Amino acid sequence: MKKNSFLYHLHPPRVPQAVLKFTHTWGLGGSALVLVLMQILTGVLLLFAYSPTPEAAYPSIVVLQQDILFGKLIRNLHHWGANFLVVITFFHMLRVFFTGAYNSRRKVNWWIGLGLFLCVLIANFTGYLLPLDQLSYWAVTICSNMFEYIPYVGVMIQKMIIGGTEISKITLSNFFAIHVALVPLSLSILMPLHFWQIRKAKGVICPVTLPVSQGEASTTVLKKDAVPHLVTREAAMALVIIAVLFVFSILFDAPLADKANPGLSPNPTKAPWYFSGLQELLQYFHPTIAVFVIPLLIVCGLICLPYLKFDKPATGIWFLSENGLRMGIVSAVSAFVLAPLMVVLFEYAINLSSLLPGLSPVITNGALPAALIMIFLFSFYQIMQRKFDATAEEGVQAVFIFLLVCFVVLTITGVWFRGPGMALNWPWDCGLEQAGGSHLLRY
Amino acid sequence: MTQDQKENSAQPVENRRNFLKKLWVGLGIVALAEMIVVIAAYLRPGKQKADAKTSGKIITAGPAIDFEKDSVTAFRRGQFYLIRLDDGGFLALSRKCTHLGCTVPWVASEKKFICPCHSSVFDISGSIVQSPAPRPLDMFAVLIENGIIKVDTNKKTKRSTFEQSQVVYL
Repeated sequence: MKKNSFLYHLHPPRVPQAVLKFTHTWGLGGSALVLVLMQILTGVLLLFAYSPTPEAAYPSIVVLQQDILFGKLIRNLHHWGANFLVVITFFHMLRVFFTGAYNSRRKVNWWIGLGLFLCVLIANFTGYLLPLDQLSYWAVTICSNMFEYIPYVGVMIQKMIIGGTEISKITLSNFFAIHVALVPLSLSILMPLHFWQIRKAKGVICPVTLPVSQGEASTTVLKKDAVPHLVTREAAMALVIIAVLFVFSILFDAPLADKANPGLSPNPTKAPWYFSGLQELLQYFHPTIAVFVIPLLIVCGLICLPYLKFDKPATGIWFLSENGLRMGIVSAVSAFVLAPLMVVLFEYAINLSSLLPGLSPVITNGALPAALIMIFLFSFYQIMQRKFDATAEEGVQAVFIFLLVCFVVLTITGVWFRGPGMALNWPWDCGLEQAGGSHLLRY
Repeated sequence: MTQDQKENSAQPVENRRNFLKKLWVGLGIVALAEMIVVIAAYLRPGKQKADAKTSGKIITAGPAIDFEKDSVTAFRRGQFYLIRLDDGGFLALSRKCTHLGCTVPWVASEKKFICPCHSSVFDISGSIVQSPAPRPLDMFAVLIENGIIKVDTNKKTKRSTFEQSQVVYL
C-alpha cells in the first residue's frame, strides 16, 4: 500500500503488540463492521424481493421464503445478523467501558459509538415491522404506544413515527424509508468517523501493565506492522463471525407468524428481545417511570460518562484493577441473586399500590420505588467502596455492573419467563395461547 | 505607521468581518429552519391521511331494539364495541387497550374485557378492574336518531373514570 494511502486514516500501519492480544478487544469492533457489511449485502438482496405496502409485504416474504432460491437463507442471515449486531455492539460497548477507553481524547468517539448503537437499535426495530406478521405488528404497536407516556411531546412523537393512531400504510413506508435509507446513510457517515477517531486517539487503548509513574512502559511501546500481524487476525475474526452466522442461519429459521391481524392481539404480546428489559420494567413501575424516566437516565448516564472525574488516567486494563475485578464479581453475584428475588416477590407478594391505599399510582408505583432504588444504589456504592477500600472509578464500575446484571436478568425474564397474560411462567409453558374462541365478532 | 494607527485602520475591517460572520451564521440558521420545516412537512401529510382513512366516519350500528340489555357487540369496521348496559343505556368503547394499544377482546363468559398483552381487565362500562391500564377504555360518541344507533368514530374521548353522564339513553 502507498505510504500516504487514504486507508491509513482508518486503519493503522503499525500497532502496539499489547493490543494484538485477542482477549484485549475480543475482536468485537471488527466483528460489528463485518456484520454491518453482511447486513448491507443481504439487505440489498432482500430489497429485490420485498414490497413495502401493507397488502403485499407479508405475501412477498412468503414468496421469498418459498419460491426464491436461497430466499429463506438470505432472510435468516439478515434476521440473525441484525440480532448478532445488537449483541456484538453491546459487548463492544462493554469492552470499551471496562477497559476505560471513553475518557479525554476518546470522549467524542464514545459519543459516536453511542450514535452507532442507536442506529443499530433503530435499524432492528424498523426492520422488525417490515414482514408485517402478527409478531411484528403487535410488537411495534406496543412499543410505539410506549411513546404516549412521555410527558407533553409523547403523543406527537408517536403520531409522527407511525403516522396516525395505529399501524397503517404510512407507518410501513416511514419504517421502510428509515430502514433502507436513513440508517444506512447515518451508518456510512458515522462508521468512518468512528474509525478515524480511533486513529486520532493513537489506536485502540493500550494496556499499561506497570503504573505509569514507575516504568517506561508507556513511552517505549513495542510495535508491529499491521500487515500481516493485525490484518491476519482481523481476517480470521471476520471468517469466524461469518461462519457462525451461516451455521446459525442454516440451523434456525427467522420467525414468521401469521399475517398481521389488527383485530386480534396474540397472548402474550412481547416487544423485540432487545426492548424486553424495558417492557419488563412496565410490570413494576408506572409507565412514565418505566418508558421515560429510566431510559432517559440511562441515556444521560451514557452521554455523561466521559465527564466522570477520575483519579488516574485510564490504564486500558480490564476492570481497572484486581480490586475492581473482585468488586465487579461481588456486584454481579449480588445483582444476580437480588434481581430475580425482586421479580418473584413483586409478582406474588408485594403490591405497593394495595399496600398503600389512597396514594396515587404515580407515587406508589413511580416515585416511591424510584426513590428506594436510588437510596439502595447509593448505599451499595458507599458499602462497596468502604469494604474494598476502592477508588471512585472502581465504585462507579461496581454500581454499573450491578445495574447491568439487573438489566440482563430483566431481559431474560421478559424473553423466557413471561407467558400468557405476561404472568411469570417457566420457559416451556410460555408459548402462545391458542387464539380465538373467547369472543365472537359481529359486523 | 504607529501601533495606534494600525489598530485604527484595522477596526473597520474587523467590524465588517464580524458583520459578515454574523450574517453567515444567521443565514445558516434560517436555512436550517427551512430544512426542518420541509422535513416536518414530509412527515405531516401522512399523519392527516392516516386520520382520514382510519376514521372520519359515522357508523350506523342499527335499530336500538336489536341490541339486548347487558350485551356487547363488536364492530370491526369502526374498531369499537357497542355496549348496552343493564339499564338500557348505550356506550361505544374503543377496542384499543389504554395501556399499550393492544386490541381488547370481550370475554363473554367472565363478562369482562381482558387484554391479552398485559392482562389489564375492564368491566362492561370500560372501567378498570385490574391495572396496568392507566384509564378506562376510550369512548366514541353515540347518537340516537329515530331509534337508530349511530356511532361517531371521528373523535375518541379519553376519560379518567366512568360516569353516568357518559351513557346515552333512548
